[in-house]
Amino acid sequence: MKNIKFLILGIFFAIVLSKTQAISWYRFYEMFKFQSFHMFGIIGGAVVISAVFMQLFKSGKIKDINGNKIVPKPKKKGFISTVFGGTLFGLGWGISGACAAPIFVIFGFQLIPALILLFGALLGAFFYGLISKRLPN
Amino acid sequence: MDFILQPWAWFIGGPLIAVSLFLYFYFGQNFGASTNFETLCTMAGAGKVSDYFKKDWKQRDFALLFVIGLIIGGFISATYLIPNTNIDLNPKTVQELTNLGFSNVGNQYFPDEIFGNDVIFSLKGFLILLISGLLIGFGTRYAGGCTSGHAITGLSSLQLPSLLAVIGFFIGGIIATWFVIPLIF
Repeated sequence: MKNIKFLILGIFFAIVLSKTQAISWYRFYEMFKFQSFHMFGIIGGAVVISAVFMQLFKSGKIKDINGNKIVPKPKKKGFISTVFGGTLFGLGWGISGACAAPIFVIFGFQLIPALILLFGALLGAFFYGLISKRLPN
Repeated sequence: MDFILQPWAWFIGGPLIAVSLFLYFYFGQNFGASTNFETLCTMAGAGKVSDYFKKDWKQRDFALLFVIGLIIGGFISATYLIPNTNIDLNPKTVQELTNLGFSNVGNQYFPDEIFGNDVIFSLKGFLILLISGLLIGFGTRYAGGCTSGHAITGLSSLQLPSLLAVIGFFIGGIIATWFVIPLIF
C-alpha cells in the first residue's frame, strides 16, 4: 500500500477546499460575477506559489520521492479543444458550482444530489471518449 | 483548535493548495482531478464499447485513492470541522440571489435550490445537475483538464494550452452565472 499517501493527500486537499469555502456554490457564483476577491485570491495564490515550486522542479533542485526529475506532463495543444472544451466545462462549473475535485468533496458532505452530478460527469467523459477522434483540435 | 473551526482566509487556502500540488508531484504523479472521470468509465467497463477506454486502470490506483480521500475529507469537514456554515458573501451577491428566489443565501455552503435532497424528485432539479455534470465531464476531457490540471498545474508551469483553457472556463462560467442562472431560476 505504498499509495496510501495519496489517500491522505486527498483527505488533506478536501479539508483545505472545504475550510476555505472553495467548494461552496456561492463562492463560485461570486467569483464569476466579480463580486468578491476570495476565490481569485485562492486560485491566484495557489498559482503563484506553485510557479515557484515548478521552477524548483525544473532546475532539478527538488526531485521526487524516487529521486527522479519532476516534469509536469505537457498539456495537449489545440485552440478549439482548449477554448471550446474549456467553455463547456465553465458552463457546467458556473451552474453547479462544482469543478472536478469538488464533486467528490461535495459527495463527502453527504449530498446525494452530488451523485447525479458525478453520474453526469462520467456520462460526459464517456461521450467524449466515443467521439474524440471526430472532434476538431 | 479555534483556528481549525474558523473559516480559512484566501491567503491560507492558496498556499495550502500549492502544498497539495507539491506533494502530488513529489510523490511522483501529475496533479489533476478530471482524468479520474475517464478512469471510472474504464472501471465501469467502457472499454467494451470504445477503444478510447481500453486502458489499465490499475496504473491509476493512486488517483482513485486520492478520490476516495476527497470523499473522506469532505465527510470529515462536514461532520467535524465546519460548525458554522455562514459564508461572508458580498451583500450584493446575497441581494441578487435572494431576488432570484434563492433562500438562506450566505447561511450554508450549497443552495437547497440546487443541492437540496428533494431536487432528486424534481425533473428540473435533476436535469440541472445531470446537464451540469455532462458539461463538466465532456468539457474537462475535451479541454484536457480542470481547475487543478489546467488553472493551477498548467498555469504555474507556464503552458499556453492552459491559459486558453482557463479563458474558456471563464467564458463558460460568466455565461452561466450572468445569463443561464437568471434564466432557469
